[in-house]
Amino acid sequence: MEKEKRNNLIMTFIAIALVYLVVFILELTLRPTSIVFTVLRKGAIYSLVAVSMNLLNGFTGLFSLGQAGFMLLGAYTYAILTIPTEVKQSDRVYRYYDAVINFDTGVFVALIAAGLVAAFFAFLIGLPVLRLKSDYLAIATLGFAEIIRAIFQWDVLGPLTNGANLLREFKDLSRITLPFSDIPFPPTLFVFIVAGVCILLVVLLINSSYGRAFKAIRDDEVAAEAMGINLFKHKEMSFVISSFFAGISGALLAMFQYTVQAQQFRTMLTYEILLIVVIGGIGSISGSCIASFLYIALSEWWLRGLDMGTFLGINAPELFRSGFRRLVFSVIIMIIVLFFSKGIMGDKEISFERMKHLFRKKRKAKGADA
Amino acid sequence: MFEIKNLFVNYGGIEAVRDISFSVEEGKIVTLIGANGAGKSTTLRTIAGLVKAKSGTIEFMGEKITGKDPASIVGKGITLVPEGRKIFPDLTVLENLKIGAYLRSDDISKDLEWVYSLFPRLKERSWQYGGTLSGGEQQMLAVGRALMSRPKMIMMDEPSLGLAPLIVRDIFSIIKEINKEGVTILLVEQNANMALQVADMAYVMETGRITLSGKGSELIDNEDIKKAYLGK
Repeated sequence: MEKEKRNNLIMTFIAIALVYLVVFILELTLRPTSIVFTVLRKGAIYSLVAVSMNLLNGFTGLFSLGQAGFMLLGAYTYAILTIPTEVKQSDRVYRYYDAVINFDTGVFVALIAAGLVAAFFAFLIGLPVLRLKSDYLAIATLGFAEIIRAIFQWDVLGPLTNGANLLREFKDLSRITLPFSDIPFPPTLFVFIVAGVCILLVVLLINSSYGRAFKAIRDDEVAAEAMGINLFKHKEMSFVISSFFAGISGALLAMFQYTVQAQQFRTMLTYEILLIVVIGGIGSISGSCIASFLYIALSEWWLRGLDMGTFLGINAPELFRSGFRRLVFSVIIMIIVLFFSKGIMGDKEISFERMKHLFRKKRKAKGADA
Repeated sequence: MFEIKNLFVNYGGIEAVRDISFSVEEGKIVTLIGANGAGKSTTLRTIAGLVKAKSGTIEFMGEKITGKDPASIVGKGITLVPEGRKIFPDLTVLENLKIGAYLRSDDISKDLEWVYSLFPRLKERSWQYGGTLSGGEQQMLAVGRALMSRPKMIMMDEPSLGLAPLIVRDIFSIIKEINKEGVTILLVEQNANMALQVADMAYVMETGRITLSGKGSELIDNEDIKKAYLGK
């Protein structure tokens, strides 16, 4: 039993290492502008934010819709910290304002800071908001995300946020290098490493005794409280940690997009992520990751033809024109919600143990037929 | 060991508990019986810290615990088995038990063995989700979970609720067994017959007040009790 468990763990690590190796080889061989990289990068970023939302919605039972707001905080923190000082002092970025933050930091420091700023705001907002339940919590967090977006476009904060204008020339994915050198770092691999480490931390948290307490709160608040779990403290903890990782994913999204503007972090973004969490399965980390890559691959790549006139070799420019993709996409989502009401994975995780189980079952079924 | 003096509690807009006083001696089984809405559950919830008292004091081991939060009351050694079992359906049996020991930082393996020896059924099903257990097994899990906090006093809110008579008898024999191992028990029941049979001391509650008290064996022969609760 113990040995089998250890073997499964080793197999899982090998499988993950293989994924990273494949990403690395792809970056060495494919054109850097290939659509594959867009899908992989955005998929990994969305995986991270979907997992952070799942920690809150799926594992702690807090229905929060503030993800876009925390991503915005992370994105701005990262961008502001990594725009080089000489660019800040010139008028290339801050054309109408004098930048107040007149220093710049490295990528690593800025990423951590992005998480911390998001987590700090989550801590403050959590104090009043986490006393609310279900729908009311969702409305309050949604409101917060909208307010943050408006505030960041406010003129008065211009010297910090550049008002409603773009932030650019920060250390985006094309500008990251190996530490202490000028050799460029493979960008997709970088996104995978950051997202992977963060997701691993969430997995470790969920399997710790804190994670068990989160799940107990989700299942039954009264019973959890009667067992001596401090409800508010644990909810706040889950909220802050979830927002920390949302902040980091916001920073990654900024790096991926090369520019940052508050307009990009609309409520639509939160809904997209909620959709991914629901499709992947509320309470399943691997489900969230699979759903992210599927969602991004479908919307950015596989269904592209539906907007461009030719799809699966069928040329029908009359039907396959701008907007048709969205329509087909909605139908697919409806089918998934109707027939997989618990999402792709339900609340289970992918593991070698389960796969072995599946194979054994199939083999047995075949044996019975013969 | 445990004493309540002049406790008043408002719950859900009504005065659910009005001026009750009673005590629990160490190592005994004490029961509160009474009809629906008599204030029994509210009393237990107040002791557990889930509901705030309006006035009055609750003392445990010579220390005042009125107004303390649930976590510190569990830490002091009082654990509640909530009404309707309230196990965690999407956690495994083992995880449910571990949550019971959440506030403890010492080794729990011995207590886990103890709970499994009291309820062998739970050991067989340790990897099953709580929600897939039968009603009786869930009640056992709820009791086992509470024992994992290694309580000095365990409070049970209607452990016989919704269970078949045979299983109710099992549960009560387990209550006696736990008591023999030195855990004091405060039991709230509507099944007055069973409760009075096991109890050393019993209190009868009516509309928020204690109207009668005595030894379990005495009250079982009391004519008023027979008429009101035993259906004779």
